[in-house]
Amino acid sequence: MNPFTYQRPSAPEAALHAIELSNSKFLGGGTNLIDLMKDRVETPTALIDINHIGLDQITSTAGSTTIGASVRNSDLANHPAIVANYPLLSHALLSGASPQLRNMATTAGNLLQRTRCPYFMDTAFPACNKRQPGSGCAAIQGFNRTHAILGATNEGSANPYTCIATNPSDMNVALYALNATVELHSSKGKRTILARDFHRLPGQTPHVDTILAPDELIVAVTLPAAKFAKNSWYLKVRDRQSYAFALVSVAAGLELDGQAIKSAGLALGGVAPKPWRSLEAEHALTGQPATSETFARAASILLNGAKPFPQNVFKVELAKQSVIRALTLAAKGAQA
Amino acid sequence: MSPCIDDDIPPEIDASSESDLKLNRRDFLTASAIVSATLVTGIATAEAPSPTTPSLLPLTLSINKQIHTLTVDTRTTLLDLLRETLDLTGSKKGCDHGQCGACTVLLDGRRINSCLTLAVAAQGSEITTIEGLGTPGNLSPMQQSFLEHDGFQCGYCTPGQICSATALLDEVKRNEFSVVSFNTGHTANPNINDDEIRERMSGNICRCGAYPNIVAAVRALTGGIHGTGGQV
Repeated sequence: MNPFTYQRPSAPEAALHAIELSNSKFLGGGTNLIDLMKDRVETPTALIDINHIGLDQITSTAGSTTIGASVRNSDLANHPAIVANYPLLSHALLSGASPQLRNMATTAGNLLQRTRCPYFMDTAFPACNKRQPGSGCAAIQGFNRTHAILGATNEGSANPYTCIATNPSDMNVALYALNATVELHSSKGKRTILARDFHRLPGQTPHVDTILAPDELIVAVTLPAAKFAKNSWYLKVRDRQSYAFALVSVAAGLELDGQAIKSAGLALGGVAPKPWRSLEAEHALTGQPATSETFARAASILLNGAKPFPQNVFKVELAKQSVIRALTLAAKGAQA
Repeated sequence: MSPCIDDDIPPEIDASSESDLKLNRRDFLTASAIVSATLVTGIATAEAPSPTTPSLLPLTLSINKQIHTLTVDTRTTLLDLLRETLDLTGSKKGCDHGQCGACTVLLDGRRINSCLTLAVAAQGSEITTIEGLGTPGNLSPMQQSFLEHDGFQCGYCTPGQICSATALLDEVKRNEFSVVSFNTGHTANPNINDDEIRERMSGNICRCGAYPNIVAAVRALTGGIHGTGGQV
């Protein structure tokens, strides 16, 4: 690790003041940031610890639930209001990492964990557009079994800035399906944006994972009124049964009226630089009977434009079948 | 650092004087750490010219109910502080990247990876290491259970396994869930069967593969319903 200064402010305003120094970063649980600093992939010169600025509460109002930025993943997953009203989020959170890491990792930190792949993590590989834009992508011609099939790949090697890493968060996939919003503060003002607009695709700037400005702080994530409390499922398919990133994951929520689908939330993890959600696929479910034919149609739409690499061709069919299975289990209400 | 540090003993050790050969393993590791630190500093200077000056901070930590007042480089992880400065070497360094669980300690009673925790960030919390759970003459219930069920082979991962399993018991008492609780529809009242134990212990890797006996050691204290196909 390179040397860095450490500060522990006690209020958001002090944290926002401190972040205005260049090359400083907020420290949440540190499960991703400290790891990347050890490998010198991240090299901040100042860390601002935001675990003691009063953003550790979960509050429910009549219509929505607001989660403070530094609420730990394990506390969020086990919170009675989340388990009762947003079981999809608990199910996703508990599918990720390990009990130790979930006790450390925060809500905002999980949103901000880097989209990454083994080549990004290892500075011995000089070619990584995410570490060094324009240096190339070692994964395209290398081991790409776990990499993206959507969102990063359409331009292929024609784009000198291509990055085919995936975002490994499970929480983010559920937040997309639940239509969550993220509240951002800076010393200049506040803004609220949809979680699905918070992360960005690599385009020509693959080193930038989110729309967060350098001087902005995530203060909360808000979940709108619960619609999928009775019918949701998080399905994670991976190489080992636990403590591994997804090859493919699905967050599925259904609002049912009898056997008819009133509304749906659907997102894929492990297949793109950000959770993959298609409003068109959700519209294809809305107003339709909750049958395997309906689910298969939505799965096909969601995987539209998929472009796999030689080692991850399997992900296209795996993702389609996983979507069908997750929606089937959600419709059964198997979780409650 | 790899747990098989003995593989890395440089050849000049063999040529040392007889008194040097009497160095115990701890002294050797300490000496190695000094050499490594020198090398790392050199690399840091070459690769990243600025900043090169370590940032030092005063720090008060409560570890196993003892107060320690120190000055630390902000880069120091809790694990390195425990092992290299405070000689609490029960917590082990396996991967140093939060992937193996050998460094697991309790922070305010909750299990965490001390390799990814900055020492400065742990100020204000009560830290419990394997040394704080029990003593050779007065083992904690989980330590005793690992002994009775032979829940280890080489023992390197054991302190982390026991810290992790100790926290698991508290999580079960608080009625916390795992993904297995959700997958099996038991969120009202999780049955701590072997599938649950395996999932809840999955943050601790055992290279020797002592998993069946680790599960047995935990099962003895959770009083759970025995396995769904995975019972030993």
